[in-house]
Amino acid sequence: MASITLTSVKKTYHGNVTAIHGLDLSIEDGEFVVLVGPSGCGKSTLLRMIAGLETITTGEVRIGNTVVNRLEPAERDIAMVFQNYALYPHMSVRGNLEYGLKNRGTPRPEIDRRVLEAARILEIEPFLDRKPRQLSGGQRQRVAMGRAIVRQPKAFLFDEPLSNLDAKLRGQMRVEIRRLQRTLGTTSVYVTHDQLEAMTLADKLVVMNAGVIEQIGRPLDIYADPQSLFVAAFMGSPGMNLVDIERLRGLVADLPASIPSGTGTIGIRPEDIALDEPATPHFTISATLEAVELVGSESLIYANAQGLSEDVVLRSQGIHRGNPGDPLTLHIRHEVLHSFLRETGRKAAA
Amino acid sequence: MVENRPFLSILTHAVLIAGVIIVAFPVYVAIIAMTHTDVTLNSGAPLLPGGELVANLIAVWTFDPPGAPPFWLMVWNSTLMALIIMIGKIVISIVSAYAIVYFRFPFRTLAFWVIFITLMLPVEVRIIPTYEVVANLGMLNSYAGLTVPLIASATATFLFRQFFMTIPDEMMEAARVDGAGPLKFFRDILLPLSRTNIAALCIILFIYGWVQYLWPLLVTTREEHFTLMMGVRQMAGAQKVDPQWNIIMTAVVLAMLPPVVIVIAMQRLFVKGLVETEK
Ligand SMILES: Nc1ncnc2c1ncn2[C@@H]1O[C@H](COP(=O)(O)OP(=O)(O)OP(=O)(O)O)[C@@H](O)[C@H]1O
Ligand SMILES: [Mg+2]
Repeated sequence: MASITLTSVKKTYHGNVTAIHGLDLSIEDGEFVVLVGPSGCGKSTLLRMIAGLETITTGEVRIGNTVVNRLEPAERDIAMVFQNYALYPHMSVRGNLEYGLKNRGTPRPEIDRRVLEAARILEIEPFLDRKPRQLSGGQRQRVAMGRAIVRQPKAFLFDEPLSNLDAKLRGQMRVEIRRLQRTLGTTSVYVTHDQLEAMTLADKLVVMNAGVIEQIGRPLDIYADPQSLFVAAFMGSPGMNLVDIERLRGLVADLPASIPSGTGTIGIRPEDIALDEPATPHFTISATLEAVELVGSESLIYANAQGLSEDVVLRSQGIHRGNPGDPLTLHIRHEVLHSFLRETGRKAAA
Repeated sequence: MVENRPFLSILTHAVLIAGVIIVAFPVYVAIIAMTHTDVTLNSGAPLLPGGELVANLIAVWTFDPPGAPPFWLMVWNSTLMALIIMIGKIVISIVSAYAIVYFRFPFRTLAFWVIFITLMLPVEVRIIPTYEVVANLGMLNSYAGLTVPLIASATATFLFRQFFMTIPDEMMEAARVDGAGPLKFFRDILLPLSRTNIAALCIILFIYGWVQYLWPLLVTTREEHFTLMMGVRQMAGAQKVDPQWNIIMTAVVLAMLPPVVIVIAMQRLFVKGLVETEK
């Protein structure tokens, strides 16, 4: 187990595509870090540079105290779980689990012990002598996990390991991965673009966009206090309502004075818009109902306010009964507003 | 298009059956000829089996026709030639395909195209320059001369390349993370995954080597290197006396057996491989 430190890491593919623009990140020993961001933002590239599957154009990657830039993946002592699992199709499950250990010359009794232990933890003992093609998707996923844990590596690297599973299984495996990582205490880097995975798995969440880090922090901190428009829009489903301040001023006369100068956009989380009047200071917007999505435990209400370019989404507990065209009064408390600078899109200092 | 008209159905079957008869008839004649004496055969080809099968089968092995080496030596030469070509081609092509697909080296694409172009130049097209080269290297009348020029061709390289490109990159990456270097990856992952392809190529390449006629005819002038395909031709043509058709036909039929044996042997592997590597 070890910490991982990236210093000014940059990746340029074939001379012109820059996938990672000089990035710093430090991952502590035993920490579970999740990289999240839109497709093509460089998550996999970053992970593969840590793994040693991609060269590092400039900068430095350290695992523990060793600079690993020039080391082969195996010498870095990391284990990786791939999206398509990449199990060896001609080897049995046991063969798949053993292969890495055999290559490092682990003694036979030790191999057997570790394989059995991993199989027990992951509940794949009954399948040890089957070939991967004789397993279900979920079982293959477990084997891929097993192949990582038998090695007892310094770090686990996951590249969207659950995205080939159905929603229910994904939920189960998510919980299991978290539990496993807690038990083993192995440093982990996990790439996903699933919000739920990002929020629930991470000790530390790294939001990436176009090859740079937008924000690093604990998941709930990032959700509660996004530092940029990008993070505000990206985290949460549905994302934050982002309203141009000039349009809002045209609609609301009594905006709070606390909005910092230079603000260009105001962000409001869907769950922070209430239909009932709150007791604390607030302002109101009159709107008409456009559509309601009933999710079960809650309703997503799309409301159109005259003068705003996009519908406002709000989240309301329980089932909201209403028809398109119904008038709505949206109550927004002063304290829930997020202000972003017009110039940079960063959070405006209060 | 399935039509249910009896007349059409009968007609198509008749055509197909006629085709089968036309193709199979010479083989039938050869097999029947195996069972007669040369005296019977020289007075016209019989259509029903005779009683000389065992005698002919024994006689052929000691048969030493004028103008050609003994039958057993030709069988040996042909087998050796076909096996060397088969193994040589597979070894060279799988290794070169591995290099082309998995390694980044200067002029890699060029290397591939150079290999690929040889696909368009079968031995028959380059036969004169190839003969010249082989002669200059002193390889006439040798197994090397018989096989090396036929080994150098791209078909198998191309097939292995196409196959390797269908294997996901993650397989190689997983192996790298698992500590397998290039040789281990080749031996432990790529080779077992290629088993089906190798079996199929063994069949094709063995037969390719076995039926070579023109090239052996050119490079061998001494009898001890004659192959079966040339020898059978010699037996039938080069004699002043009446040819011994019973022995010649026995030799012909026996010459058809090794490819059949290879097909059957490889078929097992082939089907097994097909079932096992499907993901
Ligand atoms: N081998 C490559 N050669 C050139 N460009 C590449 C290569 N691999 C990735 N890229 C580019 O680098 C950028 C980052 O790719 P990367 O695969 O890291 O994205 P990602 O964040 O993992 O996306 P996704 O969520 O879709 O997997 C993309 O613009 C991609 O086109
Ligand atoms: Mg990716």
